[in-house]
Amino acid sequence: MIKSLHKRNSELANSKRQLEILSNGIFQNGNLPKFKDKIAETGQFPLKAKKLEILQINVGYMCNQVCEHCHVDAGPDRKEIMTRETMQQCLEVIKNTGAHTLDLTGGAPEMNPDFRWFVEEASKVGVKDFIVRSNLTIIRANKKYYDLPEFFKKHNVHVISSMPHWTKGKTDKQRGNGVFDKSIKALQELNAIGYGMPDSSLRLDLVYNPSGAFLPGNQASMEKDFKKALMDDFGIHFHNLFTITNLPISRFLDYLIASENYEDYMYALVEAYNPQTVKSVMCTNTLSISWDGYLYDCDFNQMLNLPVNSKVKHISDYNEELLEGRTIMISQHCYGCTAGAGSSCQGSVT
Amino acid sequence: MQKTYYDPADLKKFGKITEWSEELGNKFFDYYAKVFEEGKLSAREKSLIALAVAHTEQCPYCIDAYTQDGLQRGITKEEMMEALHVGAAIKGGATLVHGVQMMNKVNKLEM
Repeated sequence: MIKSLHKRNSELANSKRQLEILSNGIFQNGNLPKFKDKIAETGQFPLKAKKLEILQINVGYMCNQVCEHCHVDAGPDRKEIMTRETMQQCLEVIKNTGAHTLDLTGGAPEMNPDFRWFVEEASKVGVKDFIVRSNLTIIRANKKYYDLPEFFKKHNVHVISSMPHWTKGKTDKQRGNGVFDKSIKALQELNAIGYGMPDSSLRLDLVYNPSGAFLPGNQASMEKDFKKALMDDFGIHFHNLFTITNLPISRFLDYLIASENYEDYMYALVEAYNPQTVKSVMCTNTLSISWDGYLYDCDFNQMLNLPVNSKVKHISDYNEELLEGRTIMISQHCYGCTAGAGSSCQGSVT
Repeated sequence: MQKTYYDPADLKKFGKITEWSEELGNKFFDYYAKVFEEGKLSAREKSLIALAVAHTEQCPYCIDAYTQDGLQRGITKEEMMEALHVGAAIKGGATLVHGVQMMNKVNKLEM
């Protein structure tokens, strides 16, 4: 298993270094326009936050997997974990928020020792859509997680899981050996209790990230292919497939540079820039909360250590009215969310 | 003078062919876009056909473009190679089937 950039003491573990790379070279010499200038062409700069719809909470960077493309640089060696105290502060926000969706992510959120307590408490509040981003293999990682499907069902959790391909080869290459088989088993277990079944209210969606330096294909077409293959080969049902573009940060940036694909990938992102997506990018209706309670426009900005441009910086000072209308923090990684049909944690945006 | 006839950067300039013949260029690109839409054949199937033809035509731009296109569509490398073998079989078959012409000629001329 590979180690995180942090554990390897890679220079890319430093978010400042990542931002330097994203602002220098082809973006400094004028070969490619900066994101700010690109969105200004259609009068969309500065990008402003609208009414909050999605509260995304990252409960920690610890994960049982070390995926090659991970923008969090998550892994078993990451120790950043949200405390129950911060969770308590999040619960106060959840009780009073106007957001309709609560989205728990990580790392593997289930590895936080207070995860179940947090889910139990948060589910009592009754948000419309309560998402847990589960990597699937965690369900099969250890006996203590075997009952997670039942736990999710009990709390009516909407499960969103990563599945980079319907073949073992592509999946294991991106996410590690054995991930495909465990993921298939976990999906079958979720199906067995009703998750993902055609008329079931127990939502099970999959997330597709390209396993390399290329952009995702059409979401509807890929969903069709995924559904057919997973049904034909394994009898698996799921509801929707979300295609997500890999953003050039953290481990994916490391991969792009090491494989000498960085410049071509940035050209591809800029070439695929679609001004229609800008009004719907997720940072305009989402707030990302880090394991230590700080606020960001999105999970990517969290990893780049670009906090919200607001007086309100921390969950302890939370004020939804003050946060609305804030100017979104941007850099060249944002091209990842505006390429083609656009990309967000909920898939395409157009 | 450039050192090679092919430059990967030229692929990005393909659209510029309209500059010297706008009407015909636009008609070509409209036709091209229409051809690759979902039809009786899926866009995925068309991408694999294009990849195979790209190889039989030995067009480096097309190989570059349709390998990338295949990856974006989730097409596996095994599927891509299988499509190439279809192209190779037809190329090989097209060579060998002319052997019948050679045999006819030999049979006609030899005593």
